Amino acid sequence: MSYIATTDAERQEMLKICGVSSVADLFADIPSDVAPKSFNLPEGKSELDLHCHFRELAGRNKPLTLNFFGGGFYDHFVPAAVDALVSRSEFYTAYTPYQPELSQGTLQAIYEYQTAICRLTNMDVANASLYDGGTALYEACQMAIHATRRNRIVIDGGLNPVYRKMLYSYTANLHINLADCVPVIHGHCDRSYIMDTLDESTAAVVLQNPNFFGVVDDHTDIVEYCHKHGILVIQVIYPIAAALLKTPGEMGVDIAVGEGQSLGLPLSFGGPYLGIMATTKKQVRRMPGRIAGRTVDKKGREAFVLTLQAREQHIRREKATSNICTNEALCALRAQIYLSLLGKNGLKEVAQLCAAKAEYAKQQLNKIKDVEVMRASPTFNEFTVKLPRSAKEVVNAMLAKNVAPGLPLGRFYDDMDEYMLVAVTEKRTKAQIDQLAEALESELCQ
Amino acid sequence: MSVIYKKSVKDRRGVKLPAPDVPAEPAIPESCLRAEDAELCELSELDVVRHFTELSRKNFGVDTGFYPLGSCTMKYNPKILETIANIPAFHDAHPFLPQFSGGSAHVQANLEVLYNLERALSEITGMKEFSLQPLAGAHGELTGMMVIAAYHNDKGNKKTEVLIPDEAHGTNPSSAAIAGYEVKAVPTNMETGMLDLDALRSMIGDQTAAVMLTNPNTLGIFNSEIQELVEIAHEYDAQVYYDGANLNAVLGKFRPGDAGFDVMHVNLHKTFGTPHGGGGPGSGPVGVREHLADFLPISRVVKHKNNDYSLDYGQPKSIGYIAPFYGNYAICLQAYAYIVALGKQGLIDVSENAVLNANYLMNLLKDDFDLPLDRACMHEFVLSAKKQVEHGVRALDIAKALIDEGFHPPTVYFPLIVKEALMIEPVETESRETLDSFAATMKKIARMAEKDPESLLATPSTTSVCRPDEVKAAKDMDFSYKG
Repeated sequence: MSYIATTDAERQEMLKICGVSSVADLFADIPSDVAPKSFNLPEGKSELDLHCHFRELAGRNKPLTLNFFGGGFYDHFVPAAVDALVSRSEFYTAYTPYQPELSQGTLQAIYEYQTAICRLTNMDVANASLYDGGTALYEACQMAIHATRRNRIVIDGGLNPVYRKMLYSYTANLHINLADCVPVIHGHCDRSYIMDTLDESTAAVVLQNPNFFGVVDDHTDIVEYCHKHGILVIQVIYPIAAALLKTPGEMGVDIAVGEGQSLGLPLSFGGPYLGIMATTKKQVRRMPGRIAGRTVDKKGREAFVLTLQAREQHIRREKATSNICTNEALCALRAQIYLSLLGKNGLKEVAQLCAAKAEYAKQQLNKIKDVEVMRASPTFNEFTVKLPRSAKEVVNAMLAKNVAPGLPLGRFYDDMDEYMLVAVTEKRTKAQIDQLAEALESELCQ
Repeated sequence: MSVIYKKSVKDRRGVKLPAPDVPAEPAIPESCLRAEDAELCELSELDVVRHFTELSRKNFGVDTGFYPLGSCTMKYNPKILETIANIPAFHDAHPFLPQFSGGSAHVQANLEVLYNLERALSEITGMKEFSLQPLAGAHGELTGMMVIAAYHNDKGNKKTEVLIPDEAHGTNPSSAAIAGYEVKAVPTNMETGMLDLDALRSMIGDQTAAVMLTNPNTLGIFNSEIQELVEIAHEYDAQVYYDGANLNAVLGKFRPGDAGFDVMHVNLHKTFGTPHGGGGPGSGPVGVREHLADFLPISRVVKHKNNDYSLDYGQPKSIGYIAPFYGNYAICLQAYAYIVALGKQGLIDVSENAVLNANYLMNLLKDDFDLPLDRACMHEFVLSAKKQVEHGVRALDIAKALIDEGFHPPTVYFPLIVKEALMIEPVETESRETLDSFAATMKKIARMAEKDPESLLATPSTTSVCRPDEVKAAKDMDFSYKG
């Protein structure tokens, strides 16, 4: 394919105006001794061939018949209107809204998204998006380090292990100390362990609700303790659960972050996703990323602009709060359209359906001989199951039969080989849950 | 138009969910529940569709018109790419699947795309290995800087500084600083438009961890002294970073790997046809020479003899996890489809026509506007509104006047080293008529600046808003609707 309009005749005329005889003359600045040693690529394809090629390639994937994978990334229902609206090319093919007159659509949508996030979390301010939940968490830690002028972050064991690994990578060269609390799979985070781990150099503690094992909690007591000691609290949230659960704002959390994939984004093999960040008024100037604000124009009409840009890299360069430039604007738009379609009652119903179906799944799986569902603490839509043998072996065997029963926790924790994390969304039917129980039972009988 | 929350009507519904097919047993204790429901809007599906359709009409995209935004490469985004990204096998795959031996079979197509894109980018840039994980250009810069830091730490090098030209994008110094380095700006020689090599020589030393270079630079100039620059840096074991933001100019003409660059990133959303989405998602894959391959992020895609693909997590020297999974997969997929669609000659044509369009437009405009560097450019060029400022018309006013004529303005006030800069990148997909029409409009604006400057200061008048009050926005801090 070629998407170039210029014809050969036009090209000749244009070259004349440039005062050169060939296109090669325009590349004269490239020294000949650095000419490409190779540029060995196949020739292009027609659109028809291209489409066939990728359809055929897609056929290499073996489809699953049942899927209960989660671990922070969920298969939720996405209404058709989300795709239809987000594909409008005025949104899709636009650049960052630096020219407000030509970007009121994007800017107002960001403002509305920020509003939705504030209302969902009960926090004061939200930004226009970050890359994903993990990078949002890292940015939140940096905010806390700057706000407290301390350099230690305490990580609860309930944090998604993927995010924990990301934190270790980002801070490796930065004189930031990370302290881990042991994961508790049976229930709530261990208050005394966390409080014993906090010290005078601690900038923030990182909690997650629901935690990686699906357990829901009220962190108010931890927040109160931390604030007495000048420590900030960062909470990782799951935005669908936030429609139901006690909010970070209600608990007094300082910075709420989370993965926004569940808000109308496809799983898409790992991205693009959506980093959510919301905080208190006090921390707004330390917040990274773009922020849309409402103002008026020259004639007093309501208008939206990117604001507080003096925090950002294109103004502050090496002194900026973050290096982020391109963010996930279209994903934030998706989330806002999704939240608008579901609305106040719809989002809550999605959350209730998830929780109810997960409860049913717990009951069904617990009936299987030698399978023990961890039930000591309440969970949202994900829970841990103890199997009579290595979960990795069981899961691999079931995957070979096109069933993804859950994530084997031995992948993330050395001492959890027999445990499996099962996620249930509103898309899973009672029949599918029953089939999962049957499939697991028959696998374990073998 | 009013914000969506003002349109909300109590109990109106947009989406009907299936009735529960399991008993609803409230298992979450009251103490863990929120006190009040989140006040999201309550609207019908049509209400929502109309609202966002109306919002979209207040936006300008590449499909709307000419978007000569310098350094942003606002090229046409072929429609087929979105169609391919929506194929269910790609669109719905759970990212944890390939982390289990039994799960890989369910995502072979996804892994093959990643592997093939890595190979294609290596061939295009001459870099030995690529990681597709960075989620945007700036994220690629940070990843590259982390790789460099890991390399120096591994060798026991004590490095504290990164040298960056003063014309660089703001992300460069910011990324280097966030990776833990002190940043020093190297001046540009405004006679040549290139980095001042003598200044570099005087600043570089054993403390230098890296030199970051955008090439062609933000003035649209290809640095013809790069070989020398790379050699100077390597004398001190400083790694040379190639910011590939402007790669669109040199496809098939120059490969950073051949010139000895150690690390680079590519902006898939600039050079490889994926949409900008109003500010993302982007994708910023990082390529390295062989000596840095061990430090790339976990995981790497591996191809086996039987043509199966899997992920390798066993890299002890890796900088670790910089993204939750394998990058912005849907963007990588679209970029790969773009490369397959265009092929070798198609990619060469991209750069040749991008550079031709830029030189053509520059020649049409250079009599009416000040051209700080009057020489052949690559894919973009920088004008200055110096002449117009004499009449009280600034670069910003020219930008706003263009809006009324149906064009998106160029990048203004960047690079910082050119006063009243108008940075124009016309890209390869624009036709000659579009360039002619833009040039005619710019000339008209230049004449207006002389004859009737006042009229330009009142622009734009065709949009729903005109020059919003940014000071008030920063002062009021109205970031969410309170009604």
